[in-house]
Amino acid sequence: MNRHPLFLFSCLCFGFAFFYIPILSMIFFSFNKSRLATVWGGFSIQWYGKLLSDGQIIKAAVLSLEIALLSATFATILGTMAGISLARFKRFRGSTFFSGLVTAPLVMPEVITGISSLMLFIFMAQWIGWPGQRGFTTITIAHITFSMTYVATIVQSRLSSMDLSIEEAAMDLGSKPWQVLKDVTLPIIFPAILSGWLLAFTISLDDVVITSFTTGPGATTLPILIWSKVRLGVTPDINALATLIIVVVGLGVALAGYLMYRVEKQRQRDMQIAVAANQ
Amino acid sequence: MGTVASHNGELTGAAQPFLRIDAVTKKFGGFTAVDNVSIDVRKGELFSLLGGSGCGKTTLLRVLAGFETPSLGRVIIDGQDVTDLPPYERPVNMMFQSYALFPHMSVEKNVGYGLKHEAMSDTGRRDRVRHMLDLVQLTELSGRKPHQLSGGQRQRVALARALAKQPKLLLLDEPLGALDKKLRERTQFEIMNIQDKTGITFVVVTHDQEEAMTLSTRIAVMDKGIVRQIGTPTEIYEYPRNRFVAGFIGSINQFEGAVADSANGSTAVDLPAVGGRVRVSHKAPPPPGAKVMIAVRPEKIVITRNKPSNAVNAFKGRVQDLGYFGKDSLYRVKLASGVLVTANSVNARRAGEHERIATWEDEVWLSFDPSSAILLMD
Amino acid sequence: MEGSRTLAADTDTTGLLPRGAGYSLRNWFNRRGWRNIIIASPYVWLLAFFLLPFLIVIAMSLATRAGTSPPFAFADTWPYVDFGNIARLFEDPVYVRAYLTSIYNAGIATALCLLLGYPMALAITRVRGTWRNIFLLLVILPFWTSFLLRVYAWIGLMGANSWFNKFLTAFINVLVPADMALRSIPMMNTNFAVVLVMVYSYLPFMILPLYANLERLDGTLNEAAMDLGSKPWQVFRDVTLPLSLPGIIAGGLLVFIPASGEVIIPSLVGDASDPMIGRVINDEFSAARDWPMASAVAVALLFMLVVPMMLYHRFESRAQAGSEVKS
Repeated sequence: MNRHPLFLFSCLCFGFAFFYIPILSMIFFSFNKSRLATVWGGFSIQWYGKLLSDGQIIKAAVLSLEIALLSATFATILGTMAGISLARFKRFRGSTFFSGLVTAPLVMPEVITGISSLMLFIFMAQWIGWPGQRGFTTITIAHITFSMTYVATIVQSRLSSMDLSIEEAAMDLGSKPWQVLKDVTLPIIFPAILSGWLLAFTISLDDVVITSFTTGPGATTLPILIWSKVRLGVTPDINALATLIIVVVGLGVALAGYLMYRVEKQRQRDMQIAVAANQ
Repeated sequence: MGTVASHNGELTGAAQPFLRIDAVTKKFGGFTAVDNVSIDVRKGELFSLLGGSGCGKTTLLRVLAGFETPSLGRVIIDGQDVTDLPPYERPVNMMFQSYALFPHMSVEKNVGYGLKHEAMSDTGRRDRVRHMLDLVQLTELSGRKPHQLSGGQRQRVALARALAKQPKLLLLDEPLGALDKKLRERTQFEIMNIQDKTGITFVVVTHDQEEAMTLSTRIAVMDKGIVRQIGTPTEIYEYPRNRFVAGFIGSINQFEGAVADSANGSTAVDLPAVGGRVRVSHKAPPPPGAKVMIAVRPEKIVITRNKPSNAVNAFKGRVQDLGYFGKDSLYRVKLASGVLVTANSVNARRAGEHERIATWEDEVWLSFDPSSAILLMD
Repeated sequence: MEGSRTLAADTDTTGLLPRGAGYSLRNWFNRRGWRNIIIASPYVWLLAFFLLPFLIVIAMSLATRAGTSPPFAFADTWPYVDFGNIARLFEDPVYVRAYLTSIYNAGIATALCLLLGYPMALAITRVRGTWRNIFLLLVILPFWTSFLLRVYAWIGLMGANSWFNKFLTAFINVLVPADMALRSIPMMNTNFAVVLVMVYSYLPFMILPLYANLERLDGTLNEAAMDLGSKPWQVFRDVTLPLSLPGIIAGGLLVFIPASGEVIIPSLVGDASDPMIGRVINDEFSAARDWPMASAVAVALLFMLVVPMMLYHRFESRAQAGSEVKS
């Protein structure tokens, strides 16, 4: 029964308009011929051209991608371990504290995490001589630290809603616990792990605050570059860059959504065939 | 009883039906869940809608509750046409299959929830809640929350909550489904007692034949959205009107045949399965040559070692399967034609295994009385 | 290799069996080593790279600014620490004001997110099938694009010369008397802008936990309430709202806590004379190079947020437990 459908759906429409009008405006003005980013001067794709030939931007983008790939992968490995620990190995020593440690970075303001990470690296440099120069490595370590908590949350949630009797059946048939993990559990939760990786990748690619604290000379990621440019004001080449990112990400998300839809439809079709065969 | 139930369930006679379901049809897109159903229910009845899954009984119940609006037809309760009324304006309350207890409210608050909309004083409400909890014997647990209760206790809270407003009609959706066997038996009688005490008209939806037969004053057997037969438990069991009802309730032996002749209320029917002719009593037999189905309940078939001397319908067979249930024994006997007949025999005398009527591979005689046979055409 | 271990212990994955019983180190590794590695790896990492840094920051807040590089120094005499930074927090009105502004802005943003996000989440639960996934995708999509760029998009709209500003100004000018007409609406560099952009950025963080909670609610409870006489708005008040409280709290904290420490939004669209605490920390750190002071400000913020963070952890684990137990 749909109660108050009109009110709810006008809220929904207003909300989506709220979400997308700024983005659409930005996309629109990226094709602006004039330099003034807020007054329309005619259609042009010159800014895209400028963008793609700007060496600084390309370099920053490549660096961001490298960091994102590396940190996402390690974050997924560590985060999956953490998720498994919390969901399956329930009461080990210090598990409540560990659970708190995993939740904290999710909500903590980035500025606090950023400062503390930087302090750590500075003190480490003083005590043990490493890291000598902050940059790629330190950024990656910081990204891994907070990304893994997102992965852990996703994995933990997926594991707790999983049917335990499947694992028990595997053990009943002779598999040792670690084999159960390898052969049964991990394959089943693989989609969750994959989405965790994607999330970690996106977060790393997008991060500004923590990166700005843990970076060093020569290691300028794309968000840091944009951050410094944006402080100077609105320009069409940033519009163009934003549009590119949004379109790429949008296509990616739409593609993922479409693939999931296809998988689900196929599953339903298979189920219907089974039911029909039974009757 | 003063009223006669006709084939499609309409009551005739002086008493106006308390609940009238008038030609109700409910379609979901192209699918017809309830197809032109008309049922009259008397005040104070415990009426059951019985059928397998997908037969439309739950949809019909939801139409009565107000959660579905019929595509066609009307629902009239105590003279009031409620068809277009939303659930919160009907004098109907429902006990849900999953109990649907509010998890964030105590037992007391759950039971008293509906009373907030009644014009009562606070004391009046508290008294009513207490009275209800006494009725279902849950008085000491009034402060508990649903997750602190057992399944049986939750069910009683759901019942008390549905009765609290003293509705004109109480709907119960598979009330005994979630209970184990012992609890089910006990609860069956509790429900009947409560209905007796309160005098409220109950409509129960169930797929369990035993439950329907024990609880109900009358049953409507439904299949694919249509009502197949309405009657008392005895009528449904002993006098099924069609093959579906005959085969749905309990177990039954079915034999295809053709009418040979009929005289003096006794009809002779040729049954190839039995290898001969049987005599059945039927008030209005079809003409000779008509294709019919003869149905006999297993407990009406007598199984003997030797040919019974004065049996009208008797035939031979060999015992293929034997099931011993303590109080009775179930025999599956294979006839010469290859057809399997099920016969049920009460173990009236205390006897050891070697003294039984028959055992595997034994040759036996099966016989039944003409009045025990049901003659069905459709 | 198997030894005299019981089967239960060997297959125990819950860790409930007591340790001890005389394992040798090699025994330990062979039996449960893999399990301990899985627990220990992320644990050690977080202790080293998350917890340890906090302790260092707390220590740093007790140092003083110096001309050295790195620009801090501890006192030479006992107790080696200087509480001057902490004292400045309370004495200098700039800091107190910044904390209050932060809590104020974050609070209003949270409330607005709730007001707009709750009906949106509720609406999405009412939609069936493919459309529901499409709507969820539309809610998540902005989240996957760059946070920075979305803030930037608003800068484009809020500037005095943007089409949006001009449109709104014209709209307002129609409603107000002629002598109060505006040339443009001063949106940039105000607290209003900060709250607006925060709502914009954090709305998905409110919608998703709310949706997860609402989606898990039992629909028959609503039917039962209606059956017992409640009209739809009463059903919402008595059943839906109380049962969605965990989602409201989780979503609210998920917005409030990070919002109170926001850096980017107040730096880009905020009022420089009334900054939020995140901006203060960032400025203190990079511009003023006063690391001990920045640390002290950060530590104070951390202590303020500890209780909300613990609350969030409690509600989040309660929500996790809810998804395990079948009701």
